[in-house]
Amino acid sequence: MTGFDVNKIRQDFPILGEKIRNKPLVYLDNAATCHKPQTVIDSIVHLYSHDYANVHRGVHTLSVRSTDLFESARTKVKDFINANSDKEIIFVKGATEAINLVAQTYGKANIQSGDEIIITAMEHHSNIVPWQMLCEQTGAILKVVPISLQGELIYEEFEKLLNDKTKLVSVVHMSNALGTINPVKQIIAAAHARNIPVLLDGAQAIPHMTVDMQELDCDFYVFSGHKLYGPTGVGVLYGKQALLEAMPPYQGGGDMIRKVTFTETEYNSLPYKFEAGTPDISGVIALGAAIDYLTAIGMDNIAAYEAELLSYATEKALAIKGLRIIGEAQHKGAILSFVLDKIHPHDIGTMLDSLGIAIRAGHHCAMPVMDFYQVPATARASFAMYNTKAEIDVLMNGITSLIEVFG
Amino acid sequence: MFDDLRDLYQEVIFDHNRNPRNFRVMDNADRKVEGFNPLCGDRLTLFLKMNGDLIEEASFQGSGCAISTASVSLMTEIIQGKTEAEAEELFKKFHEMTTGKDEHFNLEAIGKLAVLAGVREYPARVKCATLAWHTLDAALKNEQQSISTE
Repeated sequence: MTGFDVNKIRQDFPILGEKIRNKPLVYLDNAATCHKPQTVIDSIVHLYSHDYANVHRGVHTLSVRSTDLFESARTKVKDFINANSDKEIIFVKGATEAINLVAQTYGKANIQSGDEIIITAMEHHSNIVPWQMLCEQTGAILKVVPISLQGELIYEEFEKLLNDKTKLVSVVHMSNALGTINPVKQIIAAAHARNIPVLLDGAQAIPHMTVDMQELDCDFYVFSGHKLYGPTGVGVLYGKQALLEAMPPYQGGGDMIRKVTFTETEYNSLPYKFEAGTPDISGVIALGAAIDYLTAIGMDNIAAYEAELLSYATEKALAIKGLRIIGEAQHKGAILSFVLDKIHPHDIGTMLDSLGIAIRAGHHCAMPVMDFYQVPATARASFAMYNTKAEIDVLMNGITSLIEVFG
Repeated sequence: MFDDLRDLYQEVIFDHNRNPRNFRVMDNADRKVEGFNPLCGDRLTLFLKMNGDLIEEASFQGSGCAISTASVSLMTEIIQGKTEAEAEELFKKFHEMTTGKDEHFNLEAIGKLAVLAGVREYPARVKCATLAWHTLDAALKNEQQSISTE
């Protein structure tokens, strides 16, 4: 790993200096949202202090500055995921809105009664419910690829589900509840062989690995800024240009039009056609700052470091008697979901919090996954590039002690 | 190591969590209501055997966190032999204690249930402690639908 220095990185995140219940914060809830480096925080302060105005309209200096910063952030996103053009980068509220957008535009225009949409059994609710709503509206049918006990998608079952009625495949790139990284290139190739487009939910994958649109060749890719060290309120829908061109607009309003009269409206070109109303200007610009920060470190360096963290944590966790890891896929991102014998995840969460450790306890917006493993909830430690092995030791000591206390 | 949590997790709570009292299905129950908090996954079924307005027997089944399990276990012990009115009065007191609105709440007046007073300091866990009692309230009112405190 060239020049990856976790201690130096930690210095860039002011919140990591916080004390929680008089103990140093050990933040292991990064899959829910991760913290922001100083450069991201500063970019927002700087914008509002020096460059802020509305974008895409005024001729005055501040509007021009704001628009330039906003559009250069779009180019940063395009380069970060290696899309072909800025026109393929649509700013939305987050991954959830991006999926809803595709369902309500592409979906409504192309999916009819009796058609089938394929998802997997490890989806977040945000990649289930928008499709259920579309199915209710159109009479289409939702098909679900089952998973194995290890938490891996059963690929043969996916292939069996593909047929002439399949109109879309929407799959999570990396599972938030299990950590599983799906064989998305294989899935895309199989779907494309039948001319079926594929949407990837990249909310969890994008902060952990290099994500390249040319290499993946997916048709849609969605993610949220706040899981990528950027602010909340902003996310990205990537779509192949030809698909986006053919799609009807999502919401109507300002910015998404070229010409409006009371009898007729001419829509704006890409990407503005899908960006009605004043966007989250500071959010987009700060997301650009987050991407600059990550690019300087290098996504491959981050992936290599986090793989080390995960294997260290997994090894330590397996040594704890009564701990069961939920999600043991071969190909996995830095997420450790687990349950303890006779100790409910919420008790685990409260007890670890008293030690300054933030983990998630609950169903992780993936209730079908909980049902599959027949657990009401799991405890989940999810890692980011700023976590350390020393923090994993604090977590594991905490778990060992709370097992003793519960008896 | 968990000194800060001593008020929340008292030994009595661990004890009831390890060995819940009245933990059984009651085949001849007069009242049966489910309490379910889907967000955290606490789930219980409360069974009551009534004799007029007297709670002759109470039992439960289910799974949940230590706070919710101890709360329902303690509750089934305490309400046996109480009238509906007495049980409702206890529910009211328990609710006052756990939501902590009355700073001068008299813990002695609520007896054994005082071990759950610690949840006042943990707003996210109040719903765990009160699930049992809201389920009881529904059972006493002869309501059938599932109860949630989320």
